[in-house]
Amino acid sequence: MKKTYKIEVDCANCALKMEEAARKVEGVQEVTVSFMTQKMKVEFAEGADDSAVMQTVRKACKKVEDDCEIFLD
Amino acid sequence: MTKKQKKVLYRIIIAAALMTALQFVPVQGYVRFALYLIPYLVIGYDILRKAVLGIAHGEVFDENFLMAVATVGAMLLGVYNEANGMEGEFAEGVAVMLFYQIGELFQAVAVGKSRRNISALMDIRPDYANVEDESGRLTQMDPEDVAVGTVIVVQPGEKIPIDGVIVEGSSTLNTSALTGESVPRDASAGEEVISGCVNLSGLLRIRTTKEFGESTVSKILDLVENSSMKKARTENFITKFARYYTPAVCYSALALAVIPSVVNLLMGNPANWNTWVIRALTFLVISCPCALVISIPLSFFGGIGGASSCGILVKGSNYLEALARTKYVVFDKTGTLTKGVFQVTEVHVDEEFAALEGEKAQEVLLELAACAESYSVHPISKSLREAYGGEIKPSRTAEVEEIGGHGVIAAVDGKKVAAGNARLMEKLGLGDVLRSNSPEQKNGGTVVHVAVDGKYAGCILISDVVKPQSAEAIAALKAEGVKETVMLTGDSNAAAQRVAKELKLDQVKSELLPGDKVNAVEELLAAKAPKEVLAFVGDGINDAPVLSRADIGVAMGALGSDAAIEAADIVLMDDNPMKLALAVKISRKCLRIVYENIVFALAVKAICLALGAVGIANMWIAIFADVGVMVLAVLNAIRCLQVKKGLA
Repeated sequence: MKKTYKIEVDCANCALKMEEAARKVEGVQEVTVSFMTQKMKVEFAEGADDSAVMQTVRKACKKVEDDCEIFLD
Repeated sequence: MTKKQKKVLYRIIIAAALMTALQFVPVQGYVRFALYLIPYLVIGYDILRKAVLGIAHGEVFDENFLMAVATVGAMLLGVYNEANGMEGEFAEGVAVMLFYQIGELFQAVAVGKSRRNISALMDIRPDYANVEDESGRLTQMDPEDVAVGTVIVVQPGEKIPIDGVIVEGSSTLNTSALTGESVPRDASAGEEVISGCVNLSGLLRIRTTKEFGESTVSKILDLVENSSMKKARTENFITKFARYYTPAVCYSALALAVIPSVVNLLMGNPANWNTWVIRALTFLVISCPCALVISIPLSFFGGIGGASSCGILVKGSNYLEALARTKYVVFDKTGTLTKGVFQVTEVHVDEEFAALEGEKAQEVLLELAACAESYSVHPISKSLREAYGGEIKPSRTAEVEEIGGHGVIAAVDGKKVAAGNARLMEKLGLGDVLRSNSPEQKNGGTVVHVAVDGKYAGCILISDVVKPQSAEAIAALKAEGVKETVMLTGDSNAAAQRVAKELKLDQVKSELLPGDKVNAVEELLAAKAPKEVLAFVGDGINDAPVLSRADIGVAMGALGSDAAIEAADIVLMDDNPMKLALAVKISRKCLRIVYENIVFALAVKAICLALGAVGIANMWIAIFADVGVMVLAVLNAIRCLQVKKGLA
């Protein structure tokens, strides 16, 4: 399952950091962060609960870049 | 400006004001240090915090870390000097942080602004669909919730939200958001319309044929949004480069701080720690690769955005980069260079028939042929009827006899008319007349011979018409540095050569079966140098395998053709071949800007590093090398967005 989330991030490098952090989260198969479109595209692993996974992703991203935001709705 | 950016702006103003004021405050020693600490913390607290957090998370060597080390180092050096009874310099550390923040703010604003500009260009997403209920009242619905087969109402001025067929009403549609073309298109009941067009004049009722997610607009948006996810080689190079560059500069700075002083000590000279530590800190300020890291993706994004505003969709930065290096362009003939529609291009009348019918002989010939073929569904008979233009009464034609592979014999207005190929004429015993005056050899295309009452009357030439912009497009491609243009076609060699000559193409491969096209492209791919790029241009119908085999597959006239949008790397929304030349031009401009930025940023940094190491460049020059270069690079990158539309 693939889902796209709106994000808010200030710099290109920070977007890169978010991408790396999100990739390490369990339940995330593949993830790309586009600084230019301010979007995060996540492909979830088989059977993963997307909202639970995204909570973890958000926490992980906040840890590497504390003023980023992922809009989960 | 966002809230966050405004906050930074206020901090910059406060810190700058405090610093200016401090120049006039007559205090000395540690009190002065304490006073300078106020603007320093005002402007730099978040950088220091991020640097500490970064180290805690194992993220050393990012720009926060560099700035923190450089400025904290500068402040500590001042304290050290004070402790040794000299006057400490504190303004520099604060200034570095101040300018760094100004640069960051500028970058955030400029990038944010161009990001929004580009997004606005590509924003063709419809917000709602009007659905009519039984009482005739319109309700606005989310396009995603509209089921296939629903009748939606599109009022003048509104965007068509979902692909469908017009059931009622007629109007003109503005397709410029999709194609970049400003010429409006007419649409009336029964016609298919695609989402993203703006309804200009009349009220339309449309029965949707697709879900929103499958509609043209969604497909295009999806494609554009994903384009920045596919990174160009240059972008990857910069990411890799930054990974090595920053640590390398950090270690050099450390070496610069320690080695000369230690060497001095060993040789019995004074160590001069002070000088060398300052030079090392200067090094750190210069080292940030921000200018490259931000400006290069921005350039590609701008190029893709500019292209999409002209109706050229590029699926990724990598394709834009490859397009700039295109040396071979291979065209599929039908539908790409030619219109793909068969039209009557010439009518030749035999002398005898001309003498009989007088001035109107040509029209009479066409009329007779059109009548004779009026029952046929063959595409050639269709183009005959179109060329004739007038209404054909079925009662005029009788005794129709279709001879497969030959043509038609029918009685038209009582005359026995035979229309068909050379074999039909042979069959009627007119082979000899034919051989003496056939235009087939010199022209190519399909020839329909006509005989009336057993006598040869003339022939009608039907051929595919070359698009009016094709020749200009080929010339423009050549001007952009394309080495060879090649045409592939399933047509006869004579027809192919005629088109090739007209358009000044370099190579023609004719009489190819669909499967042969892949082989032909394979051959060309094998023959070219590895760094040269081969682009294949097709109309997306039946050439998906070739599109994916070529280095870059370009689908033309893809409006409404899903298969083409899927298979191609670059999609030209309308069928104007000039758009290809424009795409190459945009890509080359974009790449040129990318290289300008790389060379400029690296050169300035290298020079400043060298000057810093020998002590000529101070912190102020270092700040220019960092922030100034970044600002200039970002401004340069924004130029990618500007596309001269005049070319198309």
